[in-house]
Amino acid sequence: MIGRLRVPGVGDPLLLALVLFMTGFGIAMIYSAGQVDVQSLATGIWVRQLYWFGVAIVALAVASRFSLRFLEWLAPWAYGLTVLLLVLVFVVGTGPNGSWLELGPGRLQPAEVAKLGTILMLARVMGGAREPYERLVEVRKPAVITLVPFVLVLLQPDLGSAMIFGALFLAALFWSGVPLPKIFLLASPGLGLLLGFNWIAWGLGFLVVAACLSVHRLFILESVGVLLANVFTGALTLRIWDSLADYQRNRLLVFLDPEIDPLGAGWHLIQSKVAIGSGGLVGAGFAEGPQKRLAFLPEQHTDFIFSVVGEEFGFIGVMLFLVLFALLLWRVLRVAVSMDDPFGSLIAFCLFAVLLTHIVVNLGMTVGMMPVTGLPLPLLSYGGSFLLVLYAGFGIVQRVAWEA
Amino acid sequence: MKGDNEHRSIRRQRGRWAAGAIFFCLSIVAAGFINLQIFGTELYTLLSSENRLRTITVSAPRGTIYDRYGRAIADNVPGYDVSMLPGPRDSISAGLDRLAERLDLSPERRAVLLSRNRERPGEALVVRENANFEQVAFIEERRPRFRRVVVDQRPRRRYPAGPAVAHMIGYVGEISPEELTGPEYEDYESGQSIGKTGLEEQYEHRLAGRNGIRYAEVNALGTIVRDLGVAQAQVPVPGDDLHLGIDLDLQVYADSVFPEGMRGGVVALDPVTGEVLLLYSHPTFDPNAFIGGIPLDLWHSLRDHPDQPLLDRVSMASYPPGSTWKLVMSAIGMKTAGLTVDTYHTHACSGGLAYHTRYFRCWLSRGHGRLNLSEAIKQSCNVWFYQAGQRIGLDPLLAGAGEFGFGRRTGIDLPSERAGLFPDSREWYDERFGPGAWTEAVVWNLSIGQGENAQTLLAMAQFYAALATGRAPVKPHLVRDEVLARQRVDWTFDLPDVQRRQLVDALARVVNEPGGTAYGSRLARWTLAGKTGTAQNPHGPPHSWFVGFAPAYDPRIVVAAVVEHGHPDGAPSLAVPLASGIVDRHLEALGLPPEERPGVRPPGAPPPRVGG
Repeated sequence: MIGRLRVPGVGDPLLLALVLFMTGFGIAMIYSAGQVDVQSLATGIWVRQLYWFGVAIVALAVASRFSLRFLEWLAPWAYGLTVLLLVLVFVVGTGPNGSWLELGPGRLQPAEVAKLGTILMLARVMGGAREPYERLVEVRKPAVITLVPFVLVLLQPDLGSAMIFGALFLAALFWSGVPLPKIFLLASPGLGLLLGFNWIAWGLGFLVVAACLSVHRLFILESVGVLLANVFTGALTLRIWDSLADYQRNRLLVFLDPEIDPLGAGWHLIQSKVAIGSGGLVGAGFAEGPQKRLAFLPEQHTDFIFSVVGEEFGFIGVMLFLVLFALLLWRVLRVAVSMDDPFGSLIAFCLFAVLLTHIVVNLGMTVGMMPVTGLPLPLLSYGGSFLLVLYAGFGIVQRVAWEA
Repeated sequence: MKGDNEHRSIRRQRGRWAAGAIFFCLSIVAAGFINLQIFGTELYTLLSSENRLRTITVSAPRGTIYDRYGRAIADNVPGYDVSMLPGPRDSISAGLDRLAERLDLSPERRAVLLSRNRERPGEALVVRENANFEQVAFIEERRPRFRRVVVDQRPRRRYPAGPAVAHMIGYVGEISPEELTGPEYEDYESGQSIGKTGLEEQYEHRLAGRNGIRYAEVNALGTIVRDLGVAQAQVPVPGDDLHLGIDLDLQVYADSVFPEGMRGGVVALDPVTGEVLLLYSHPTFDPNAFIGGIPLDLWHSLRDHPDQPLLDRVSMASYPPGSTWKLVMSAIGMKTAGLTVDTYHTHACSGGLAYHTRYFRCWLSRGHGRLNLSEAIKQSCNVWFYQAGQRIGLDPLLAGAGEFGFGRRTGIDLPSERAGLFPDSREWYDERFGPGAWTEAVVWNLSIGQGENAQTLLAMAQFYAALATGRAPVKPHLVRDEVLARQRVDWTFDLPDVQRRQLVDALARVVNEPGGTAYGSRLARWTLAGKTGTAQNPHGPPHSWFVGFAPAYDPRIVVAAVVEHGHPDGAPSLAVPLASGIVDRHLEALGLPPEERPGVRPPGAPPPRVGG
């Protein structure tokens, strides 16, 4: 059975093959993204990704050599280091948002590294608990572990990456067996943040939370806390909205209707849809996409790399890739399910959650179903830090698969 | 304490949910792709090509205009148009700012361009037609700064002889917003050139041809990356050429010999076909200055100049015809009042004649004595023609002039021809002066080409052409065209040929016999027949006229010339040598053999006698 395929010393060869193939294909697409008729930063950038690919393979190999117990010991140090890096960008950060650290020959995005550090720390803390959390106060530790990088990344400001930490927290709770209604109650203040734009919607949401509380009885203080948190975030929504940067607000608005600003914030969404839509069934062919060639497609080597895939390989190519992504996700999930050690299993599942969130948010954005958040597509988008972190993650997952 | 098994079963269950989440999420994303790539292909392919393709008008070359010997009067040379591709208003506006100084864009012009862009945001905006080489080089050297700017080669109009042909040929200029709304210019687009006056306007639809469309692929910055060429169905169609009866040589000659500092005009026709051989007005202007937009100060100086250089004095201006009118009187008198070439009147010329209490003068104060019609024409005696007018009577005179087409346009193929003035009835006088406020004495003034009598050079030339040939009167036309040559006018020259010949004899005597008013301008080789005129006017010295034709008995050219204030007291008449020189030059160009003319002394010896 392929599902049970395990090779001692390697882990899951199918997963490894998928990862390598998709990264290779990603580099080809980054090459194609640079084939434009105007001067572009993206031209030649595939070579840099190739270097990163080499570094990432080393990282994968090294990570797969660490035993899980060593990793468990390492987790607090790693977590502490990533938090330190996140603080450091406020002091010596470079790049567009000041979110990069110059590091010898390359640049590192601490927000990406922090994802791995947080995963390790969450797995250590939650994997140590023998029982699923019964009371909400018990989640204070994992909550604080996620909240620190969440806030630091949010302040960069990088809303999209910050959301990933929220997703990580919920995913870890889900995997450690916390009942879904409790996860819902925990997430409800975040939901209230969204519903807060409309008082009627928020009121309905509040009723659902209250109903949930009455069915799934918590302690009085916890119930009051959840309700108060809901009221607080609902009231906070508009104030947060006012504090958002213009481009962030526009990104959220144009998702509802790109035509409100077709030459500004709506441009990305419209051009991405045009590129993908004009690709049709079979596409324009490798490196031939006219929208990309003529530079209509923005961020074509990073956030919108999949628009190039859509334009050049058409619907058939896109479907093939969705299947590959599904396979990748399934293999990682498979490792998480098969591992009895809660620490290893949680790491695998958290990586699964990061992958799924990135894939869905990124692809949803390229087809115009989600707002432009700036989350890269795993393995395909240009970006060394994310690739490095993913590969280190895959290295650990291979180790988990091998030890299971 | 829960066991490993229980943990495992929780993981299995949650794993199934997570697998479901994979399927669910990717299915939704897949639905998005199906929506775009399967159902939206057509729409997005269209949007994609709209993204990429820009249409650029390819100007059709305007038809060339040739003279009768195949020399170009108007042709095309390569010129450059600077336009901007459609785009956001801000970037258009910023682009104009960057171009303003080099392309001489005034703030007014800039405002016009921006409002044009507002009205037609999807069209390329023609910023400047016919930019010069330096301007094009300025743009091309700084390509990255002018990403939306397109430089198109488009044929540029040129008039090699410039000022010599200005009034006849007219000029081209950018179509105005008002013209664009008219039905006549339905297919035109803003920024296009059209004929504004003269033949360029008259034959706009034949000369213009049809513009083509070229497609260019542009990138997201609006820069052209590939020229996809002209669509098959939209190849530009060049305009038709025009072949004129004009002799370019004669135009240039007229321009060079026209009296310096004077105003006036001269026109010459082929009396048989009605082809216009020469149409020249002075002072003139350079029509080339209008190409690509005339500078505002030059335009103002042309428009406001007291000498009105833009006025075509051949087809638009009317002058009292003076003594040239005496042939019209003779013809009407022969038709209606029984005048013959041998008619003598009651009163001999004693330098003037009394009408009740008023005294009407002859130009020669010592008087001409007793004259018949032929002598009266030769010496241009006013007293004889006062009595002729009296004998004809006011009503027959008014009717007779109308029967010869006076007071109406000749029908020349120019857009701005104006009719001369000749009253058509007594009611005209009643309206003008009030009933009873005028007397029959108006006849006397009309008889010598004064009073309420003002004619264009064209009308006089047309009448003399009919007189010269005895054929059906011709409609003057510039374009040599069989259809136009067959066109006839709405009047006939119905004088018996014997009498017509007698009038031609008299006109020949005017030029070729000693004592004739144009004797000083007789030709050495051919018999020029014609009539001088000295037209009194309230603005200064009399205008100088000459209308004539040659050779007298086989006419090949009719010429009419006027020089405003060209006949001051005691000075020679300026129009006569001008006209005779033109006739001589044309007959020589035709290669006409000299006539045998015993008894005519070659020109040179006696000084010209001025006539009235």
